[in-house]
Amino acid sequence: MSNSTLDKAQKGRLVTIINLPFGELRAHLIRLGITEGDSIKCIERLPGGTIVIQKNRQEIAIGYDLAKKIKIILH
Amino acid sequence: MKNDLIDVPQIKKTKEHINDYQTNLDKVVKVVLVGNPNVGKSCIFNHMSGMYVDVSNFPGTTVSITKSFFQGAELYDTPGIYGVSSFNDEERVAKDIILSADVVINVVNGLHLERDLFLTQQLIEMGKKVTLILNFSDVVQKKKIKINTQLLSELLGVEIIETSAVTKKGFDQLQNAVKLAKVGNQNLDLQFMLQHLIDKGISKAEALLIIEGDSITASKNFMQPGLSDDREKIYITRRSKVNEIVTLVEYEDSKKGEIFNQLGRLSLHPKTGVPILIVILSLVYFFIGDFVSQQVVDFTENKIGKELFEFNVKSFIANFNESTILVSSLDEPGNVVENKTFRFPNGMASDTKLKNEFLTFSNKQEIAIDFQFSNPILRLFFGEFGVITMTITYLFFLLLPLVIGFYFVMAILEDSGYLPRLATMMDRAFNKIGLNGKAVIPIMLGFGCITMANVTTRLLGTSREKTIVTAILQFVIPCSAQLAVITVLLSGAGLKPLLIFVTVITIVLITLSTLMHKLLPGESSPLLLDLPMMRIPRLDNILKKTFFRSYGFMKEAGVWFFIGAIIIGIFEIFGILEIWQNILAPLTTEWLKLPKETATAFVMGMVRRDFGAAGLFDLNLTSMQVTVAIITITLFVPCIASFIVMLKERGLKEGFAIWVATWISAFTIGGIVAQIII
Repeated sequence: MSNSTLDKAQKGRLVTIINLPFGELRAHLIRLGITEGDSIKCIERLPGGTIVIQKNRQEIAIGYDLAKKIKIILH
Repeated sequence: MKNDLIDVPQIKKTKEHINDYQTNLDKVVKVVLVGNPNVGKSCIFNHMSGMYVDVSNFPGTTVSITKSFFQGAELYDTPGIYGVSSFNDEERVAKDIILSADVVINVVNGLHLERDLFLTQQLIEMGKKVTLILNFSDVVQKKKIKINTQLLSELLGVEIIETSAVTKKGFDQLQNAVKLAKVGNQNLDLQFMLQHLIDKGISKAEALLIIEGDSITASKNFMQPGLSDDREKIYITRRSKVNEIVTLVEYEDSKKGEIFNQLGRLSLHPKTGVPILIVILSLVYFFIGDFVSQQVVDFTENKIGKELFEFNVKSFIANFNESTILVSSLDEPGNVVENKTFRFPNGMASDTKLKNEFLTFSNKQEIAIDFQFSNPILRLFFGEFGVITMTITYLFFLLLPLVIGFYFVMAILEDSGYLPRLATMMDRAFNKIGLNGKAVIPIMLGFGCITMANVTTRLLGTSREKTIVTAILQFVIPCSAQLAVITVLLSGAGLKPLLIFVTVITIVLITLSTLMHKLLPGESSPLLLDLPMMRIPRLDNILKKTFFRSYGFMKEAGVWFFIGAIIIGIFEIFGILEIWQNILAPLTTEWLKLPKETATAFVMGMVRRDFGAAGLFDLNLTSMQVTVAIITITLFVPCIASFIVMLKERGLKEGFAIWVATWISAFTIGGIVAQIII
């Protein structure tokens, strides 16, 4: 286990979110169902760092600049 | 700790809750449908609304609102939102309507309870009377997911109607949706937080929004918005409660992937996504580029618009007014075989013999008829650029089929769940020019119609992104009408002009967007996009969407085409076109090395871009002159309708700045190319 940010997540791996950035984006993430402490799966990592995550049946695309600001623990 | 978050049935009910179980229908004036994007809200709305539907723009914003009637009450459809607040225009509009609603019908996607119930819970906490519609019940079953609706209903404290938009299961129950609405279980902790505001006479709904930091609602009530800590606390509490409810009510039997899900995954990564995009774009090209813009428009514009509509209107006017009619009969390739001029000093009706001669002569297959009226007012309305004749043909018989075709394709792409995946795939590329993947949508639409695309820039996150995309659209993206003319001009000129054209336009695109990204202040928003599941779109939904959007577009942009036509008509009557030609002459002949008459094409290009390009047909240009001319015209100002829509969307200052900049860049770059290649 190691601390990292979401842009570093690898395809197919589970990660735990430990910190979300502040502000409006945080509110948006919480609404979409992503909160600190959640375990999510990275289902795609596009060249350049756009990340697609899955939580339950829901898929969410997160741009590189936002992914960089989301702190995670790699499993 | 979790036990105080989840208020299982033994919750004490607040005063508001105790009053009536069944909502008294007489008192319900305003019913509002609310839900996350892609929950099948419009399908439910269509079912409930029946015949009368009114689409309008919400005052002060650019979001359209659909209104109808249901059981004597006003029924509103709202834009898809993830929560009630003022983060963007959609939310502001939805928020205002929800605040004034008597009953909220909340549509929820059974597959995404965790996401969707967040909004539900917020609506309940606002103290609104809510009925929950659990949609997609058939898909839920197919995926072997079980939802205990009875328990969900108890936990939330509101009634639930299960529906399936595909099989229409449960739609008969929608009749009771308003009657069943009630105030759900209230959270006492929250009540405590809100009490000091409620004591001041502020409604619970508004009090919640104020505490959540909604500054608009706060200033409306002369209050300070809550701190971000409060919002955080409420949001996290709500999120935990929703998560807890979902774990209690949902059981999953298996997690099988489907072909569509697989396709969705494949369209994300460039390796597989680019081939998929190419296949889709080819299909779109065959449909729009070939079928709609060639076959359909050829029929509607020439047969219905010019031969039927314009001919009859102009003949009718010519019957009673002084007119001269020039008729040219053409052969197959379009060369003039015979010219005839018919003069009617007292109107066609007074000279039956000549009128019949004219009708016989013009009743041929290939014919070009030019009605000239001596009265300038008649010329303004019925002449070559007549406000009534030309604009109606253009608007309804050329533009409308294209707009319908484009919105149809966009609706299919949107409902299939492909567009958000395309946006995701393109995200990184767009990051380089200060945009995120969502910008792909207006830019794609721009190849259809810039005016339409200008309206679509609304879906972008920040004003900065809207500015960049609007500028790209006005500068470099050629609309379908213009593309058609460019293709014809280039096809006769060989490969070299095509390569020069594409290279120059690409360089301008990259330079322009990079410069704007570097120079514009502010930040762009990163991509945060909910990817809906991939599915086969439903035809009735597609058709409804296409209809409403096309109607909305025509309503919004249509009037500006008429105003544009009036302006150019007045220009023509007072000979202003010629003055322009002379003013621009040194620029056209010396700097661009084109004939003086090309200036007319530029002036016409200000009205309609394809007019500008089409004006080049008649001039005998060398292939290098063609190259310079189409580069200049592509970069030149947008047509008058998109100019005005741009002013509306982006404001006077920015709109004019972009407009002036297109002038400068078109002539500078066109000139440089001319100096090099001619």
